[in-house]
Amino acid sequence: MIDWLADPLSDPILRRAALEVVLLGVTGGLLGCWIVFYELAYGAESLAHALFPGLVAAALLGLPLLLGGATGILAAALAVAVAGRVPGVGRDTAVAVVVTTMLGAGALLALSQDTPPGLGDLLFGDVLGVSDGDLALAGGLALAVIAALRLLHGRLLAVGFDRTAARALGVSPGVVDAALAVLLAAAILVAVQGLGNLLVVSILVGPAATARHVADRMPAMMAAAVATAIVAGLGGLLVSYHADTAAGASIALATVALWALARLARALRARRAARPALPSRTA
Amino acid sequence: MNAVATEAQATSPDGRTAGVLARARGVSGGYGGAPAIAGLDFALPAGARVGLLGPNGGGKTTLMRALIGDLPAVTGELEVPVRCGVVPQTDRSRLDYPVSALDVALMGTLSALPWWRRPGRAQRRAAQEALERVGLGAHARRTFGELSGGQRQRVLIARALVQDARLLLLDEPFAGLDEPSAALLEDLLAELAAEGRGLLISTHEVEQARRWDLVLCLNRTQVAFGPPADVLSREVLERTYGAHVVELPGGGRGVMPAHHGCDEPGHEHAGPDRARP
Repeated sequence: MIDWLADPLSDPILRRAALEVVLLGVTGGLLGCWIVFYELAYGAESLAHALFPGLVAAALLGLPLLLGGATGILAAALAVAVAGRVPGVGRDTAVAVVVTTMLGAGALLALSQDTPPGLGDLLFGDVLGVSDGDLALAGGLALAVIAALRLLHGRLLAVGFDRTAARALGVSPGVVDAALAVLLAAAILVAVQGLGNLLVVSILVGPAATARHVADRMPAMMAAAVATAIVAGLGGLLVSYHADTAAGASIALATVALWALARLARALRARRAARPALPSRTA
Repeated sequence: MNAVATEAQATSPDGRTAGVLARARGVSGGYGGAPAIAGLDFALPAGARVGLLGPNGGGKTTLMRALIGDLPAVTGELEVPVRCGVVPQTDRSRLDYPVSALDVALMGTLSALPWWRRPGRAQRRAAQEALERVGLGAHARRTFGELSGGQRQRVLIARALVQDARLLLLDEPFAGLDEPSAALLEDLLAELAAEGRGLLISTHEVEQARRWDLVLCLNRTQVAFGPPADVLSREVLERTYGAHVVELPGGGRGVMPAHHGCDEPGHEHAGPDRARP
């Protein structure tokens, strides 16, 4: 058992992957708690897909992926803003149209003849191939997210609790929303390199959704979400090492498995809590 | 109506406009399209409980948003020289929000702190004291969503007290409360008014509003404003609710609007106005 856990750590590639997963887990777990309560999960997923053509174009042109991704996100944000203004098109529809267009354009580019190998990594991530630069970026992001969320905590809590009353409390919901959107875009931009276009959402939404089942205070929920993200990340890496499965996909599935466990645990707890009430009712 | 408003000012403790916590002159407002509320002329004095009557969709919540400066389009003269606190209805989807009663009360300290400061010991003490003030000192650590409806209302009032709001806007605080909770809340509101705070309380219970100092009847436009004894005639109620007023056995009056959604579970009211003994 010890060997099963320790063996992978002797592999420098896996050690780096483990560090990347932990750093992204901190970011995703913390940020995810707000994503869940601000109902931004769909937005997060859309942002991740929308930057795909940017990533592909950067890969084709030999530019840094970060630059391509950032351009993709900006283009998508503008497109959504424009499409949302078309009369009769709701915001959800606008997002869906833009995102599928972007994903389609990315796929078209990705399937062209000049495509360098490794576009699968853009879709599904290449956590085993992270560079020192990627690690530094993930570390910087984690620190920035911790600092920003600490500063914004009271305001995020107030707006998430009750958007309309927030203004009377001296908090501007628009500013809080914008700050959260910037953090989310930055997190996706960085995390997409390790976890891929299709799986990045798993680390942003899964751990927080899991933590929601086990914690009833925001700080506790954040701690639980970070722990979940790290356990799922490292667990997914271990499984991928031993079973020779894709790393990103293993992490995503481990996250979902933890969520299902937490859900089950809560259902059982609720059932146990409900049981003693029954005899008194029949009596 | 203006005459009534002036009269209300005269009865306020100092008799001067300094005692006015909010004043509207020819105010209309909405969300950008056609105005949702219009023809507003009133002055809310310090120390008064003001009942806000009107049908669902009549603009009660819109008026409250206008008073806290959260309504996109407002024309006319609307002055709110004092700090407003809001006591909204709790969205059911927020009952699993991971906050304690103390966390909610602490939200009242946000506006007083610089944006980079986190609440410290002084703020926690203020929040705890506000919870004790509303009779929930022992419940500070409880999860907000696990409290009863009446307790949640009082936590939100504590939050407004932490803000030191002079004017409190309460959005149907009595909806869905059982009799003991309603009585507790009624007493608390009387105490707050006695301290010189102004309270604008939207309600469906006309008989309840009769016991307060002023009423504002709103059905998209202002129907009437003034002391309940002067204002709450059958004719005004019919214009307010756009429906017939019926005499209830026991001397009360009930209003029977065309439709009224009682979507609150535990809402025991048969209609918008239940005559209370």
